[in-house]
Amino acid sequence: MGAIYILWLRELKRYVRSRVQIVVSLGQPCLYLLALGFGLGPVFRQAGHGSYLQFMAPGVIGMTVLFSSVFSGIAMLWDRQFGFLKETLVAPVPRIQIMLGRTLGGATVAIIQGSLILIICLVAGFRPHHWVAIPAALLFVVMIAVVFAALGTAIGSVIKDMQGFQLVMNFLVMPIFFLSGALFPLANLPAFMAVITRLDPLTYGVDGLRGVLINAWHFNAAFDLSILAMIAVVFVTTGAYLFSKIEV
Amino acid sequence: MIKVQHLVKTFGDFTAVRDISFEVAQGEIFAFLGPNGAGKTTTIKMLTTLLQPTGGSIELDGLDPRTSQKEARTRFGIVFQDPSLDAEQTAYENMTLHGILYHVPRQLRETRTEYLLKLFELWDRRDSYVKTFSGGMRRRLEIARGLLHTPRILFLDEPTLGLDPQSRNLLWNHVKHLNETERTTVFLTTHYMDEAERVAHRIAIIDHGAIVAQGTPAELKQQTATGSLEGAFLALTGSTLRDEAASSADQLRQVSKMWRK
Repeated sequence: MGAIYILWLRELKRYVRSRVQIVVSLGQPCLYLLALGFGLGPVFRQAGHGSYLQFMAPGVIGMTVLFSSVFSGIAMLWDRQFGFLKETLVAPVPRIQIMLGRTLGGATVAIIQGSLILIICLVAGFRPHHWVAIPAALLFVVMIAVVFAALGTAIGSVIKDMQGFQLVMNFLVMPIFFLSGALFPLANLPAFMAVITRLDPLTYGVDGLRGVLINAWHFNAAFDLSILAMIAVVFVTTGAYLFSKIEV
Repeated sequence: MIKVQHLVKTFGDFTAVRDISFEVAQGEIFAFLGPNGAGKTTTIKMLTTLLQPTGGSIELDGLDPRTSQKEARTRFGIVFQDPSLDAEQTAYENMTLHGILYHVPRQLRETRTEYLLKLFELWDRRDSYVKTFSGGMRRRLEIARGLLHTPRILFLDEPTLGLDPQSRNLLWNHVKHLNETERTTVFLTTHYMDEAERVAHRIAIIDHGAIVAQGTPAELKQQTATGSLEGAFLALTGSTLRDEAASSADQLRQVSKMWRK
């Protein structure tokens, strides 16, 4: 247990200490809020769907948690190249504990980032339909964070250089974000898009966030939560397996 | 304590270690010498569960690191050839993290951390981030960290690389002391023949992945009819220079530097 705790704590320390990185990583979601939330707002309103800021704020929160958690997993690449990973791999601790410590640390950082963005959204004018929705939204933030931190760890166990990192960002993380319904409603999509969005794990996270925050469900809470829980189990198991196979 | 038989490691069609066998007795200081790229680090990685051997067998304190990884890991400590510190944490935090990973009880951890950081003259800088340390200080911290828990087998992979003579002296005295008082088995590699001659009981010389000679320093000198270990080493391995493939780490360091500035 000590190993899980100390590696979790390490992830948290790294986050708190890199203030520049906190600002940078909050900058992107803010840009989405500003450019899309306010920029596309008038079009969205004319289409008769109400406020676009209300609609997309849950999506931006989901995006922040997605990027932050996947990135912290892939940051293992740095630990691999700068050697620290070796130090943990030769320690007389089951590798599953090392993996869990790192993954939970990354998930915690993502939860903090998601909460900060939620606060920024509230400041920008976003209003949940009821304040009780906030704790329920946190539950979905936690689920998204765990799912994608585990995915990040799984990927980080496999890729070995910067090129791999770019590949994953462009061909996995960006599509997960854009095809999740974070930016558009899932209703009335062309058939192939409907299929793709349903294959995207983030879809269920964003739907859950949007459901509890502005009471606009495409699926329902029980369905979203059970899908996310299943994906979490699959990703954590895969991540643990791949991590246990790392050679340096 | 360490028993290696017919160990082989291949990467694709490159054979890094070809059929080596040796034994290290308990309480022995064993030096593994060889030119760059001879297969020293690859061997250490296989001994310390970081790489899976392609063939052959390994025994560490009677355990096979391939099948009982975790038990084998409790038996040894290692100072790596290349950096393995967490640069974003302080020296003290690096020690604490190591102590927790190796299940050193809290009180013992704190007293040993203080003792070792003072010994390697890092105590005054214990709360500085490792990223602000010079190469020599990092090296000293790696060594202090490797000595925090008291393993039965200690692997030292070129521990004195980039260290000044004072620190080297300190390190080898400490290693000898550990070996004499706690019967710690030491497996070391180095490029400095005088160090090997000074501390090692027995030496194996490896070249192109194969062991070319084994014995005490005196035996090696006698075998090659040379007056020094350095002479013996050159007689056995020739005087051509070796190239090692550059790793992608250098490239990545560049990128990361760019991002941080």
